[in-house]
Amino acid sequence: MKILVCISKAPDTTSKIAFVEGNTKFDESGVQYIVNPYDEWYALVRGLELKESLGGTVTTVTVGTASDDATIRKALAIGADDAVRIDTEAKDAFQVAAEIAAYAKEQGFDLILTGKETINYNGSQVGGMIAEHLDLPFVSLATKLDVNGTTASLEKEIVGGSQEVEAQLPVVVSCSKGMAEQRIPNMRGIMAARTKPLNVVAASNPEQLTGFVSYELPAPKAAVKMIDPENMDELVALLHNEAKVI
Amino acid sequence: MSVLVYINSENGKVAKNALEVITYGKKIGDVVVVTNGSTDNATLESLGAYGASKVLVDRAFEGADAQQVTRLVAKAAESTGATTIIFSNDLIGKAVAPRLSVRLKAGLVAGAIDTPDADGNIKVNVFSGKAFGNVKVNSEMRIIALLPNSFQPEEVGGTASVEEFNGEAGTAAVTVKATKKPEGSIPLPEAELVVSAGRGLKGPENWGIVETLAQELGAATACSRPVSDIGWRPHHEHVGQTGVAIRPNLYIAAGISGAIQHLAGVNGSKTIVVINTDEEAPFFKAADYGIVGDAFEVLPRLTEAVKKFKAAN
Ligand SMILES: Cc1cc2nc3c(=O)[nH]c(=O)nc-3n(C[C@H](O)[C@H](O)[C@H](O)COP(=O)(O)OP(=O)(O)OC[C@H]3O[C@@H](n4cnc5c(N)ncnc54)[C@H](O)[C@@H]3O)c2cc1C
Repeated sequence: MKILVCISKAPDTTSKIAFVEGNTKFDESGVQYIVNPYDEWYALVRGLELKESLGGTVTTVTVGTASDDATIRKALAIGADDAVRIDTEAKDAFQVAAEIAAYAKEQGFDLILTGKETINYNGSQVGGMIAEHLDLPFVSLATKLDVNGTTASLEKEIVGGSQEVEAQLPVVVSCSKGMAEQRIPNMRGIMAARTKPLNVVAASNPEQLTGFVSYELPAPKAAVKMIDPENMDELVALLHNEAKVI
Repeated sequence: MSVLVYINSENGKVAKNALEVITYGKKIGDVVVVTNGSTDNATLESLGAYGASKVLVDRAFEGADAQQVTRLVAKAAESTGATTIIFSNDLIGKAVAPRLSVRLKAGLVAGAIDTPDADGNIKVNVFSGKAFGNVKVNSEMRIIALLPNSFQPEEVGGTASVEEFNGEAGTAAVTVKATKKPEGSIPLPEAELVVSAGRGLKGPENWGIVETLAQELGAATACSRPVSDIGWRPHHEHVGQTGVAIRPNLYIAAGISGAIQHLAGVNGSKTIVVINTDEEAPFFKAADYGIVGDAFEVLPRLTEAVKKFKAAN
């Protein structure tokens, strides 16, 4: 089975969020990049588990510049066989999905996995867009994925519950919590990652449909009002009269 | 300007976030709603109260298969000539809007929290709620996926005309084998009130006091990541940067320290109440109301106070 896992970098979850150049650019100074947790913990690890039980290969794909290579090597250290980097700056979901679809089109992947969303832009868009480009079924927010022959069996989140679904390969899946357990790369993996192939391919440069013109930080919170733990009637009154939420 | 709004109406019921998107659409232009399934005409006509002038309904299929809904909405966009298409950024919107964006070459603004400004830019949540971004759409057509609970439904009065519509939706490539919806529980992303608890509750057997308060308030329950990782609570209750991001009117957090990754998923809440034994817990800095106290005593006391309040009002 040929598995493609889409890997994006994201600022470390403890990063200070600030903007520069008149609030038009994310301030990258001092920011550590990590593999987007959903891509790493769920999509990549489930891809590796399927490869281990059914045979095949796991390739990662990233749209980005040479500055992304460190996060790509991390994915290789966890166990991917090889990596592809489409050599252009990632600008928006539409562009990223179009680049990945253009690459994947002729490669015959059976499964294309993405994380549920990135933790910086939270768009949840790339998987569905790739699926539409390639005219494939897409299962979003899957919490379980098994493959039997040419049939993928999945469990996915729906509003207020969950659903068991099936689709014929090839299929695009966005992976959510429950799908797999995080794997920590070991020394052997890290050593091996240095020599695994990281193929840089040229971008197809689709048009850019959206762009961020500026950013803002939320207004600072007013000071917290402390309430006597013995006096919950006061809290209820405040929630009703002041906050007007009950 | 004509605006097309997709809503999901299952089992004849229209959810609150459907009314939110209609209200939102009405602020931009004349609203045509497109939906599918067997919801009766009277219910669909009543969407006029929130500003829909017309409802196109495809009776040929039920459910919300992403490919079918994509074809249906694309067809409706063609027949209405709408250049703005609106979804709720719920689990259906997240599956359909990206597909439609590619199909129509329409820029997608996902997670919108406000109407377009004078330049047409749209504000969205980014960095898991730690910041906002303003998105410009370059294409002629645009798709806006509105973050649930960021716009309250407003009644404007009126009834909508209902038309049967053939969306040529085709067949579903993904087949549904089983659907599980726990009765009576409120889906977390849509909940206006949420009671959440963390490792401070010490074990799954202690969640009764959380559930009782939630029931009394009509709230959904949530938890911190370690709590769902150890299996004390189901995964779908995990809120935060790597869980669900929510923005309810009221978020009550008991026995949660308030780590930055937890705050990221909840700091869009309008009012935050924090209950913690440790007065130094970082969560108090993000709270509107704070109680230094033992959750095992404070939660039942709060439940009693809510009961008393309900009886008096
Ligand atoms: C990459 C990454 C992503 C993450 N994503 C998330 C995420 O999405 N969501 C998330 O929640 N976490 C996330 N985390 C974990 C996060 O950093 C914290 O570890 C976690 O939120 C702590 O959970 P907690 O507050 O329940 O437990 P603790 O930090 O152990 O806090 C328990 C709290 O309960 C209080 N307490 C104890 N007893 C009582 C009592 N009887 N009554 C009242 N209070 C009491 C304590 O004072 C303490 O403040 C992430 C971490 C990483 C590294």
